[in-house]
Amino acid sequence: MQLYLKYLSILFRSQMQYRTSFWLLTFGQFFIPFSVFAGLYFMFSRFGELQGWSFFETALCFGVIHMAFSLSECFVRGFDVFSSLVVSGEFDRLLVRPRSTIVQVLGSKFEFTRFGRLVQSAVVLGWALWNLPIAWTPLKVLTLMMMVAGGILIFAGIFILNATLCFWTVQGLEVGNLLTDGGREMAQYPLNIYHKRVTLFFTFIIPFGCVSYLPLLFLLDRTQGHGLLYALLPLAAILFLLPCLAVWQFGVRHYRSTGS
Amino acid sequence: MGNPIISLEGIGKTFKVAKRAAGVRQAAKALFYRKHTFVEALKDISFTIREGEIAGYIGPNGAGKSTTIKVMCGILVPDEGDCKVMGYTPWKSRTAYVGNIGVVFGQRSQLWWDVPVIDSFELLRDIYKVPDTRYRKNLSMLTETLALADLIHVPVRQLSLGQRMRCEIAASLLHDPRILFLDEPTIGLDAASKIAVRQFIKTIHKEKGITVILTTHDMNDIEALAERILMIGKGSLLYDGSLDELRRRFGSSRTLTVDYRDCLRPVDIPGAVRHSWSPQQAVYTFDSAQISLTGVISQLSEQAEILDVAVDSKSVDELILQLYKEHQI
Repeated sequence: MQLYLKYLSILFRSQMQYRTSFWLLTFGQFFIPFSVFAGLYFMFSRFGELQGWSFFETALCFGVIHMAFSLSECFVRGFDVFSSLVVSGEFDRLLVRPRSTIVQVLGSKFEFTRFGRLVQSAVVLGWALWNLPIAWTPLKVLTLMMMVAGGILIFAGIFILNATLCFWTVQGLEVGNLLTDGGREMAQYPLNIYHKRVTLFFTFIIPFGCVSYLPLLFLLDRTQGHGLLYALLPLAAILFLLPCLAVWQFGVRHYRSTGS
Repeated sequence: MGNPIISLEGIGKTFKVAKRAAGVRQAAKALFYRKHTFVEALKDISFTIREGEIAGYIGPNGAGKSTTIKVMCGILVPDEGDCKVMGYTPWKSRTAYVGNIGVVFGQRSQLWWDVPVIDSFELLRDIYKVPDTRYRKNLSMLTETLALADLIHVPVRQLSLGQRMRCEIAASLLHDPRILFLDEPTIGLDAASKIAVRQFIKTIHKEKGITVILTTHDMNDIEALAERILMIGKGSLLYDGSLDELRRRFGSSRTLTVDYRDCLRPVDIPGAVRHSWSPQQAVYTFDSAQISLTGVISQLSEQAEILDVAVDSKSVDELILQLYKEHQI
């Protein structure tokens, strides 16, 4: 962990060498989800509500997922662009250093410009929370934080799975983006508006539902009993991440026996 | 010379390579169906390197040099055979093992591009968990021997290739490795930088007694540094011995250029081959193991008034080329 922070520091200093591009990209990142959010806003101003969900309830969901996405894109970027490490042979360099490959790949790249996106989603989240009549308890505050944290872990897991595929294909695949971008677009709305199968997939296979829709029910006191269960569901993200890490280790072993 | 530090026993490695034919159509076909061929990158490679040796590992491109280095560094797992480095099997206990080795890939940087060199050094200190006192001692030693004082506060991207290579080598020695792997450390360097790098490798070897494995295509590196040559071709180890031994084997041939006062007839000398002749100069080659230099000159001086002679022995490049030829690689 300490080493991770050291990597963070050196890459931050590197990024600061290119200040203009940093500010421009950050600015751009602020506006990308902004347009998506504007779409959400205008849809609600036209139709009023979405299957029983109000604008601010949906905005809360949107804020949580986009915050998790921007944080994971910033801090787990090393896995997102992992194919470039394999193609350039830089991964060999990581293997001759006496640290775990996971820390080193995480530390190989950060995308600080995602800060713009983070600010934008934080604003949306704050606005939603301000306007929702939530009766706050310490557990609800914890749940909200766990929703974001769990979201980061799920996105991280998908990035890692996608990176692992590079050991076989060398070049990056867009399959992962299907799940990250697709998952993000799906999970920014309450999941029960979709077809049942979609909901099941994003609850039990890739548990975005466990960090957005289901704990959202708890925050809004819409659960029928089992409140605590809903509150703690974001922990399911850990259950998703663990097998992803195991698959990664398997991939590293494969790489070292093929040298591809 | 110390105890064996690296030993390879019958290492073999086969790669599965997809066959590709030219043309868009073939490429499209390859999306669905691919033929594979198996390439034997290493065949039954065995050798031992003793602690404190400098071994030059040579061979033409694609001969298996890098593959062997990768096996010894723990990056690659061989299909068969056994490799022990300092008691470790490199690919089995990777993290415990690699803290004891330093690796320089001449073509790839291990420094962080946009920050001053010293920042990279500090991060490497943390990666290798080098204690602070040892780090400072090593840093000052390396700064002095490599003349880095002016470089370490400059961002890496502003360094010349030669300056960068000096920093690369320093970076790989911060954690006191016992073995240093240098993969083409002089590639692309100008003459002065090459000599500086060689000089430094020599110094560090002498002072620290570090074992050095060096791959290169520049035979001057080998001549300046390596006491021992390992040559690999088509995946097999073809030669393992000293440079002097190689010289004895192939290097007994000499070229003699003689200038003399006008001599109207070409002079033949038994045992030597005449390559060119003019009334002022002639070039002969002969095998110094068969006929002595004084013998050739004395026979010549009987026929002509010699003004000047120049004797050349084969360069290391030519020796290696002859070795390649002998093995048809």
